[in-house]
Amino acid sequence: MGHPYIPNTHEIREQMLDEMGVASIDELFADIPEKIRLKRELKLPKQMSELEVKRHVRAMLAKNEPFTKMLSFLGGGVWPHHIPSHVQSLVQRSEFLTSYTPYQAEVSQGMLQALFEYQSVVCELTGMDVANASMYDWATAIGEAALMCARVTGRKKVLVPELISPERFAVLQNYAAGPGLELVKLGYDWSTGQLDMSQLRAGLGQDVACVYVENPSYFGFLETQIEEIANATHNAGALLVVGVNPISLGLLKAPGDYGADIVVGEGQPLGNPASFGGPTLGIFACRDDQKLVRQIPGRLIGMTTTLDGKMRGFTMVLQTREQHIRRERATSNICSNEALCAVAAAIYAVSLGPRGLRELAEICAANASYAMKKLDAIDGLEAPIFTSPHFNEFTLRCTHPKFTVENLNTKLLKQGIQGGKPISKEFPEFGETAILCTTELHTKENIDRLVDAVAEAMGARR
Amino acid sequence: MKFKQASWANDAHLEPLVFELSRANRTGYTLPQKTPSGANIPENLVRKKLELPELSEPEIVRHYTRLSQMNYGVDSGFYPLGSCTMKYNPKICEELAALETASRIHPYQDEGTIQGALELMYKLERHLAEIAGVARVCLHPSAGAHGEFLGMLLARAYHKSKGKERKEVIVPDSAHGTNFASAAMAGFDVVVVPSNSKGRVDIGALRKAVSKKTAALMLTNPNTLGLFEDEILKIAEAVHKVGGLLYYDGANLNGILGKTRPGDMGFDIVHFNLHKTFSTPHGGGGPGAGPIGVSRKLEKFLPVPVIEYNRKRRRYYLDYRRPHSIGKVKAFYGNFGVLVKAYAYILLMGASGLQEATEAAVLNSNYIMHKLRGVSGYELKFDASGPCKHEIVFSAEPLKRETGVTARDVAKRLLDYGMHAPTYYFPPIVPEALMIEPTETEPKEELDRFVETLKAIADEARSDPEKLRSAPTQTAVGRLDEVKASREPILSWRMYRKLAKQ
Amino acid sequence: MKKLGLIVNPIAGMGGKVGLKGTDGSDVVVKARELGAKPVAPARTVKALRVIKRLGLDFELLTYQAEMGADEAWEAGLVARVIGNVVSGKTTAEDTKRAAVEMLDEKVDLILVAGGDGTMADVVEAVDTRVPILGVPTGVKMHSAVFANTPEAAGEIVARFLRDGLPLREAEVMDVDEEAYRENRLAAKLKGFARVPYEPTMIQATKEGSSGLELADQKAIARWVLELMEKGRIYVLGPGTTTRAVAEELGIYNSTLLGVDLIENYKLVAKDVSEKQILKSIEGKSAAIIVSPIGRQGFILGRGNQQISPDVVRRVGKENVFVIATPQKLASTPTLKVDAGDAKLDDEFRGYIKVITGYRQSRMVKVV
Repeated sequence: MGHPYIPNTHEIREQMLDEMGVASIDELFADIPEKIRLKRELKLPKQMSELEVKRHVRAMLAKNEPFTKMLSFLGGGVWPHHIPSHVQSLVQRSEFLTSYTPYQAEVSQGMLQALFEYQSVVCELTGMDVANASMYDWATAIGEAALMCARVTGRKKVLVPELISPERFAVLQNYAAGPGLELVKLGYDWSTGQLDMSQLRAGLGQDVACVYVENPSYFGFLETQIEEIANATHNAGALLVVGVNPISLGLLKAPGDYGADIVVGEGQPLGNPASFGGPTLGIFACRDDQKLVRQIPGRLIGMTTTLDGKMRGFTMVLQTREQHIRRERATSNICSNEALCAVAAAIYAVSLGPRGLRELAEICAANASYAMKKLDAIDGLEAPIFTSPHFNEFTLRCTHPKFTVENLNTKLLKQGIQGGKPISKEFPEFGETAILCTTELHTKENIDRLVDAVAEAMGARR
Repeated sequence: MKFKQASWANDAHLEPLVFELSRANRTGYTLPQKTPSGANIPENLVRKKLELPELSEPEIVRHYTRLSQMNYGVDSGFYPLGSCTMKYNPKICEELAALETASRIHPYQDEGTIQGALELMYKLERHLAEIAGVARVCLHPSAGAHGEFLGMLLARAYHKSKGKERKEVIVPDSAHGTNFASAAMAGFDVVVVPSNSKGRVDIGALRKAVSKKTAALMLTNPNTLGLFEDEILKIAEAVHKVGGLLYYDGANLNGILGKTRPGDMGFDIVHFNLHKTFSTPHGGGGPGAGPIGVSRKLEKFLPVPVIEYNRKRRRYYLDYRRPHSIGKVKAFYGNFGVLVKAYAYILLMGASGLQEATEAAVLNSNYIMHKLRGVSGYELKFDASGPCKHEIVFSAEPLKRETGVTARDVAKRLLDYGMHAPTYYFPPIVPEALMIEPTETEPKEELDRFVETLKAIADEARSDPEKLRSAPTQTAVGRLDEVKASREPILSWRMYRKLAKQ
Repeated sequence: MKKLGLIVNPIAGMGGKVGLKGTDGSDVVVKARELGAKPVAPARTVKALRVIKRLGLDFELLTYQAEMGADEAWEAGLVARVIGNVVSGKTTAEDTKRAAVEMLDEKVDLILVAGGDGTMADVVEAVDTRVPILGVPTGVKMHSAVFANTPEAAGEIVARFLRDGLPLREAEVMDVDEEAYRENRLAAKLKGFARVPYEPTMIQATKEGSSGLELADQKAIARWVLELMEKGRIYVLGPGTTTRAVAEELGIYNSTLLGVDLIENYKLVAKDVSEKQILKSIEGKSAAIIVSPIGRQGFILGRGNQQISPDVVRRVGKENVFVIATPQKLASTPTLKVDAGDAKLDDEFRGYIKVITGYRQSRMVKVV
């Protein structure tokens, strides 16, 4: 019996070998040295039928508890939102799904135009003029941005906030290692969390390539001094890189409007499921400045015409840029990216439109605001720990000596609630603190349920 | 077989841009009610306007459906892109990755609630390790190039731990472009070694190239010409002798599954492309996954977290206590949605199926080699004496000399026959290269049709070369001005509007 | 519409078949004719032109009268505009130079030149690098790097250049010392540089780190060489445009293109030096040599840079010789040669050497 994915049956294969004048299939592998030939079968599970695979994998995955079946307040780089059903059904169309990178532009206008639309959507959200067709995730996009700034400015220092996401910082470190960029962390104001401006100014020497800021920050608050940061950065001849959750940009000012040169971020919340942290979608955009555009990493889709000039069409714009990039140190090596996720993001964004995205962002922020108010009212809890405006994520600190965030979370879990992400290990200075996130998935009742459960767990008064 | 791709077009353009279809106040989505309290964001931080299109759901669906009709995937037809392994993507894999228990889990969830995910990844790692003959696998990298970068970081960490800073990475001249870039990104100097007349790494040149400065040699086997590097043991020896590491680019793994293993050839770092050999869909450029496997001596440098199994408690867990780890190359644990598909694929094939897949893929490629070498206009530039593996590179140079048409013209004309063009102009060591990889999921009839078509195109080149130069004519749009696209880049709707105003 | 200039040196290559080494000097031509030599260049030119015609482009062909181009055009079936007159049977180097200048004035896109090194040197003397040229290989002396491999290849490159546009690379124009040549002594001189079109698909552009444009690649090489340079070391910089890029990267804009210069502590300390001056300067110092392959056969030592003699190389030390070459150069000369005049030294270079081809990039290249 043949295999369903191998159309040439045993008989047909014999026929082909005959035609070729080859005695057996082994002859085609005769050039593999004897010493390294595998003389046994691979120790893998036996071939399974589709039904068996389905059962097996479903049973394995059944050991997961999806957050849709719990009440989860997790965010921190991957945020669950409702995805309109048509988004996934459209990207699952096999002409998109099973296609390769659109090198043959004439036969791939669908993908090319969809990606051009994605690039355009990112530009509108971020206030930039140019966006690439995706990077792997927010973290690697930051890495690439740092490399790009080093190339553009010829400088080697990168300033980042101390309150940067630890995971994203870890990835940035590996990207910086290649060309030997120096990463310097800038302190923050203890009560507001805002970047310490005096440290920034002191750190902005002639050797700084860029300043990287997350807005909203990893801790959920908004950088209210962002325009000042932009000015100081530019005065020192450095570039400003801003990292974002694009959902926030439905409501918040576009980074392009407050002086960002490059915007990076996580596009997953736009139309892509959380999926255990991958696939994700790295956003990368910059201003239309020749110095920058020439150095932007990743694929770019451009508009053009047919050779006779009559019809509009889209194609990958590679050569000019990658050539310039190629001759520099630490060039971008990105080839395959997250194209299909980008298309999903575009479809999601145009489905919501400007008013939908604004409303969505308002709901997310309003939910967080409500949650903070209610949680803060509980004895022994503080939410948020910073007195700055927040978007949809916030910190929750347990000041009660008897409880840790971990054991609170354990108690919550018993009630089917996934509490926030503890950050005490990475940021011990904040004590027992966790980061929580609210989206439009949360109703008022959900938040009340969280508050009640927390209060109960602490035996506290509200 | 005739082909004509759908073409939604008017005189000036194809399907309009979604921005051009926008009409005020249309919406494609509904939202739940707001909660009582407001967002509490200061007015000066709020944006004044957002210019995104406004369309209803049916319009959006129609728009993207039309775009999909002007695209071409493996499901549409033959897609012989060399080194891309465009094999059929089983639909059961899609179904499984879309399950709520796969797609609606958050990476920060309590470990007790994600045991299924950890188990799947752990087992996938073990299967890949067995397939490649390595000790340990890391599933973090999101794509091949990402994995390469990780591989280079691991090499660097390894040598650093030995108190040495080794600056050079050796790459064959036939290597994929990302090899050079990944090594450079990790801070290495790249030394290119030439191929010999048989299309394999020139051992003489390699022996001169290796030194105490050599950190690693990056190699793919079979190489990009589809030829097996039969001197691999000598190559391994030359590199190991100076204390360097051997890195395997897994792009061509489909040529050797179950026949031999990179680990057994002496490779210390083995890279995989799950979206190639393991049949996860390419998605028009991603998402993919580029896991990295390592030999024992490199295990301790792997990125965190590493998935471990606690036998006593019968639980999988994320291990962060790895003092020698290089840290992270991705924020989370890998492209899980892609990993699910690859895992399912391995089960669907099993050991016997994977070996059979390789045999059928190699047979298909050799069959094309056998039939096409008899067609005038195309020739084999390198060693035609032995078999190829899962792909083969032909040169259209004879046709070019005769008629002036190039490999690109041939490739564009193939589109008119409903077949996707093979990779052309790569590897650069073959002039007018056509890199053909049929994969095992193509029936013999399709291979015959492919060869017949190439023959017909060669004939057309002789009798009416303009037909090729003006190709393609049966696709949604004709040949595009790529030079203009790069010269005067219009990269977004914003830029387009700005230019229109001028 | 594109314009192509055509200059044919009808007597180039005549000496070859009768055992003469070059046809410079009318007495050699007379001797060649006595020995029964027939002109070679015209037939080769027609071959190239036929390929261009077959590839069916629209362009205007400008040339000189009779055997300097008009005859060959007619034979290949191409319509040409004759812009200059000659005395048939008595064409000279002056005619070549005049033709080149007039074609430059007419703003041709490319001049196709059929001839040997001498002819090329004449053209470059007249128009420098102001107009791209391409050589149809016809002469016996073809040390210059401006020739296509075959007449047909020349035709193909011209056709692609006119139809699609091709990038340009710099190519050395060499000429051999005639007297020395006939006495079996080789003394090749670097006469100048020309800009020559090349096919980028044969360059590992964007893959191997090449930007695809030679100028950019030269800058990349220069940047790395700079990083490798040490203070207190004297660098012997050979002739060429790639080595000049190194000097320019240091901010030195008055280095010699055709001669050997000395750089120390990032400053130019001597220009156009002789072997003696080099030896004196490097005495007792740590030194290094930076050379680029010269000519059609890619000589790293022994052609165009004889000042860097075996003595100099020995003093400096073979391990301190750095060879730099752009991918474009290596595509046209995939193997390099060495003929410094010292068999033992030459042998040490043979095999594979590491050539710097970009920023932090090098390639193992065969030296024969």
